[in-house]
Amino acid sequence: MYGTCDVSLLDVKNLWVKFPSRHGVFDAVRGVSFTLGRERLGIVGESGSGKSMTGRAILRLIRPPGIVEADHINLEGVDLLQKSEKDMRAVRGERISMVMQDPKFSLNPVMTIGDQIIEAYRLHSSASKAEAYTKSLEMLEAVSIRGPERVMRAYPHEMSGGMGQRIMIAMMLIPNPEILIADEPTSALDVSVQRQVLDIMDKLVRERGMGLIFISHDLNLVADFCDRVLIMYAGRIVEVCDADKLHDAQHPYTRGLLNSLPRLDAPRDRLEVLKRDPAWSDAESVSGRI
Amino acid sequence: MTMLDVNGMNVWFGKNRDRVDAVKGASFQVGTGESFGLVGESGSGKSTILRAITGLAPDWSGIITVDGTPIGKKRPRGFFKTVQMVFQDPYASLHPRHSVDQVLGETLHLHGFDDIDGRVAKLLDDVGLGQKFRFRYPHQLSGGQRQRVAIARALAPEPTLLLLDEPTSALDVSVQAEILNLLADLRADRGLTYLMVSHDLSVVGHMCDRLAVMRNGEIVEILDVDALRASNAAHPYSQQLLQASL
Repeated sequence: MYGTCDVSLLDVKNLWVKFPSRHGVFDAVRGVSFTLGRERLGIVGESGSGKSMTGRAILRLIRPPGIVEADHINLEGVDLLQKSEKDMRAVRGERISMVMQDPKFSLNPVMTIGDQIIEAYRLHSSASKAEAYTKSLEMLEAVSIRGPERVMRAYPHEMSGGMGQRIMIAMMLIPNPEILIADEPTSALDVSVQRQVLDIMDKLVRERGMGLIFISHDLNLVADFCDRVLIMYAGRIVEVCDADKLHDAQHPYTRGLLNSLPRLDAPRDRLEVLKRDPAWSDAESVSGRI
Repeated sequence: MTMLDVNGMNVWFGKNRDRVDAVKGASFQVGTGESFGLVGESGSGKSTILRAITGLAPDWSGIITVDGTPIGKKRPRGFFKTVQMVFQDPYASLHPRHSVDQVLGETLHLHGFDDIDGRVAKLLDDVGLGQKFRFRYPHQLSGGQRQRVAIARALAPEPTLLLLDEPTSALDVSVQAEILNLLADLRADRGLTYLMVSHDLSVVGHMCDRLAVMRNGEIVEILDVDALRASNAAHPYSQQLLQASL
């Protein structure tokens, strides 16, 4: 683990996300608690387990009729839920940033990449256009994009998935946030590009002391990359463990997920299929607080 | 017996200045009943090979032989009874306003089968869905269920060669296990031949007997799975891929 973990940047207690529907209220996240220090915290689970909703709820990005309830979501001691929408805007991007899953849908298709990065930067600082331009070039270089001048003039459709994702990361990191929430940042990328993107984020955690919430469905990746892992099932945390001990995880759900992966070193005729136990979704959420 | 023989295949898009050579001189053979994998990063041309075989990429040269018959520019109806394809994204490959029954029924009708009603019911049973899914629309199905419908549709004309384009990469690992098991069972039951594209070496290692590693439109190496497991790849790029996926 990097730096000091006892200083918690973010403290989430008893978070619920609810969506009223025709068939009663649907609970997407049910009583989740965890803290984030200057570390890499992984959240894994299947689609529909509420991992993305947890990330969005922290930034209060869930729109009505969705409801977010929590005892508190403290960012360095200040409750985000008590803030006005105006104050919240100063938090988003500047103190907590989020990289979304698909760069195709998060970049504006009719603006050049340069204009978008410059706009994002100038929203949060009083820099001149020229300053913002040089800073943007620097950031693009920092996420190892070759020929940043050309990329600044290009439109998002001219970029590959991997480049788009790196551009998103560059844009999110210019205001130097304390926390980065990365929602499946590499699932659309190849293994080789994936490594590069992870290395960039890793460097930022180490050098800037940033806190990283890494949301993913890829168990091996999380075991490899993160410090601590929360495993979510049906809106609850079923298990919390250190990432390097993920392969010794105890909960039958985690075991089931691990066993359902094909492995090169251990060939099998049939893969194990996860047998779901209704008790898993009824059990109380495990706390991820330190 | 060779089910599929691809010899010196080139595929390109665009022309003159904008021409992109997506596949350059690819050659490989897939035996009857064999499962053959194509791996490589995105843009390496692995999916393009499948699309060229089915006729979805019109500009290609070289020789493709399926079950002893060379393929021309125009594919006869019999070709589509022999070769079928399952696509990557089950969310995009089913018509949103056609029910499962319509999707399968239309395919059977186009291939001139009788007893469509009985065949649809059998297909659904074969892919483990059952009759209660018959009149559902794609939005009422989960990702794994949709992929099962897509597999049922591909099986409808009773093909012998199935082209699988990343059949599980849009699915959760737990669902991926179910689909891979289903594909393995179907191959055993029906004696199918698979040509499977994936970027995930462990999936290819699980499903295939032999595989080709692709890079920048070229096949850099063909090796069997035992060599893959023993990390006995000869080409440095295959080594690199192996390293990244362990």
